[in-house]
Amino acid sequence: MSDNKSPRGKISCRNVWKIFGPDPQSALSLIKDGMTKEKVLEETGHVIAVRDVSFDVNEGEVFVIMGLSGSGKSTIVRCLNRLIEPTKGQILVDDIDLATMDEDALREARRHKISMVFQHFALFPHRTVLDNVAYGLEVQGMHKAERRKKAMDVLDLVGLKGWETNYPHELSGGMQQRVGLARALAVDPEILLMDEAFSALDPLIRRQMQDEFLNLITEVHKTIVFITHDLSEALKMGERIAIMKDGEIVQVGTPEEIVVVPADEYVEEFVRDVPRSKVVPVRNIMKEPAVTLYSWQGPKVALMEMKQNNANYAFILDPGRRLRGVVTADEAKQAIKEGVARLSKMVKGNALQIGPDQPIEEVIPLAATTDNPVAVVDEDERLIGEVPRTELLIGMTGEGNNNGGDK
Amino acid sequence: MAATSKPTVGFVQTLNRRPLVKYLFWFGIAVALVLLGWIFNGLKGGFFEFPLENWVNIGVDWLIIKLAVVFDSIKLITQIVLNNLERFLLWLPWWVVLIAIILIAWRLASVRVAIFSGAAMYFIGTLGLWELCMSTLALIATAVLISIVLGIPIGILSARSDRVDNVVRPVLDAMQTMPAFVYLIPALMFFGIGKVPGVIATVIFAVPPAVRLTNLGIRQVPGDLVEAAHTFGSTGFQLLLKVQIPLALPSIMAGVNQTIMLSLSMVVLAAMIAAGGLGREVIMALGQVDIGRGFVAGTAIVLVAMILDRITQSLGKKRKMSTL
Repeated sequence: MSDNKSPRGKISCRNVWKIFGPDPQSALSLIKDGMTKEKVLEETGHVIAVRDVSFDVNEGEVFVIMGLSGSGKSTIVRCLNRLIEPTKGQILVDDIDLATMDEDALREARRHKISMVFQHFALFPHRTVLDNVAYGLEVQGMHKAERRKKAMDVLDLVGLKGWETNYPHELSGGMQQRVGLARALAVDPEILLMDEAFSALDPLIRRQMQDEFLNLITEVHKTIVFITHDLSEALKMGERIAIMKDGEIVQVGTPEEIVVVPADEYVEEFVRDVPRSKVVPVRNIMKEPAVTLYSWQGPKVALMEMKQNNANYAFILDPGRRLRGVVTADEAKQAIKEGVARLSKMVKGNALQIGPDQPIEEVIPLAATTDNPVAVVDEDERLIGEVPRTELLIGMTGEGNNNGGDK
Repeated sequence: MAATSKPTVGFVQTLNRRPLVKYLFWFGIAVALVLLGWIFNGLKGGFFEFPLENWVNIGVDWLIIKLAVVFDSIKLITQIVLNNLERFLLWLPWWVVLIAIILIAWRLASVRVAIFSGAAMYFIGTLGLWELCMSTLALIATAVLISIVLGIPIGILSARSDRVDNVVRPVLDAMQTMPAFVYLIPALMFFGIGKVPGVIATVIFAVPPAVRLTNLGIRQVPGDLVEAAHTFGSTGFQLLLKVQIPLALPSIMAGVNQTIMLSLSMVVLAAMIAAGGLGREVIMALGQVDIGRGFVAGTAIVLVAMILDRITQSLGKKRKMSTL
């Protein structure tokens, strides 16, 4: 029951209920009168699959809905394109309520706006790969030559060129799901629903598909709702994650929030084994750079600054504070001997540059391969901080960063 | 507050929601039926005597008079199809028909079936039963055509709606288990003597598998494929044509195969009301206790059955191969 005036996203679920049984409305009023879910099931045989679920999905985001089997995640995603009719509630897509749309409008929305990838692929066995991919375009009434050309382009995009005349059963699981993905992308939808899309694949193939998918969505701008029961998949794919339990959403947040500040015991239990370093970004452990110098300054100043700050290296910046490189104390002494006037003449080594939002875990192996200092830079290569090696080790163990984020 | 948004609260919903009303409703219907029986006959012995026999007689008489136009037009259409088909088959030289059958068997089934079909048809010719065989083929073809035209759409409808299925299912059960003689007589009354009632009786007997297996085939299409078709915005018709029927085709073809086999088994029975063909030979032999004649005619029927079965069966199998 969050406030209705908050800015709405691409998709906005408002108080959605789904009750299975002969007369859902009466069961709904029983629930509203305070009867428990178990009692309703026992007395009337109605199953409450989704219970008062509200969430917003922002345009262009990957929104993961995670839950164990029976948590209602597959039901809620089917409510989003009304493969399952919600019992009550609004499904706003671009502020238009899908739940009350008539058949024709719904069909149009399904044809052009929302498409879906299924857990068990759901490819049409009697159609070739190409005709499977072209199915959505075919039902729109597009001509054969045109839809086949489009389908070929999408097949190329998912790396299945050359397989178009094969039948689905001739392909491996991973390839079949690429066909499923291509079929969903062929209609160029704004929203992509991924219903446990990678869950039926072998672990190795699954990881590969996840990586490829993440790559792919940087090319095609889509709003994605991703269903999974796998926490590590959720953390990997999701910009935000909603955790469902017994038909209700127990927490919505970024991967970091879910792991670092779980909303209740259920979520805590879930994320207990997740190393913090997997989700906590570098931003949370970075420090103010000890010594920064501009490239027009000289080695004597550099050496002095380093001594004062008890450091043995300094970051060298250009006038726009962009990182130009690193000078060590030894290099500075050498430069003084040789009479070099400006630091810009002697910058050789560079720092390991990382982004502030990279998880600590990703940075550790990079840092291990070099002795250079670790500099945190923004998109314009401006220095915003550094990560001392000791902090990296602490970050890895996850100690002392529970209140991160305020640096 | 929430429940008021529900658009329709129909009678069935009310029944489902209130078990007491539901039981009262059915109890009321039962009481009404018993009372009806009482009014018509009074109480005799231990049972309420139910005048079903009279009612059927009255009903059939009424139908014959009132719906004469309907029956006449059905008769006319069936007759036109049947007669022209028979005339055409008999007009063609026997070797043209033979070659056509061999070609069909070869294209739809296999070389083996083609060789078998050609040999079997030639054998029937050597038995002197060619004309009767063509007449039987025309009768079966007409009956099967009508059965398919009626059966497959009904099968599709009952696959898509449980309510239709609940009505259709007991009707099919009745059609299959009701002894054929029972509806041979009213068929005779509705359509007169000859080939048309034979065709109609054959259709009644042969249509159920076409309905049932079409229904089954469409219901067996995996749910996620139907979901996928919906997801991409298929209309109901597109779902049917592009997904359900192609995937149900092996099952539908099995139904057609069964329909053909059942209509062949009606050939002899239909001959009793002068439908002609190979069945007539069997009936005549029966009357004259001519064992040889009966055996020859029976053999010809078996051979026709085998040819039609092999051809249609491999048709279903072939489709299956390409879909799996």
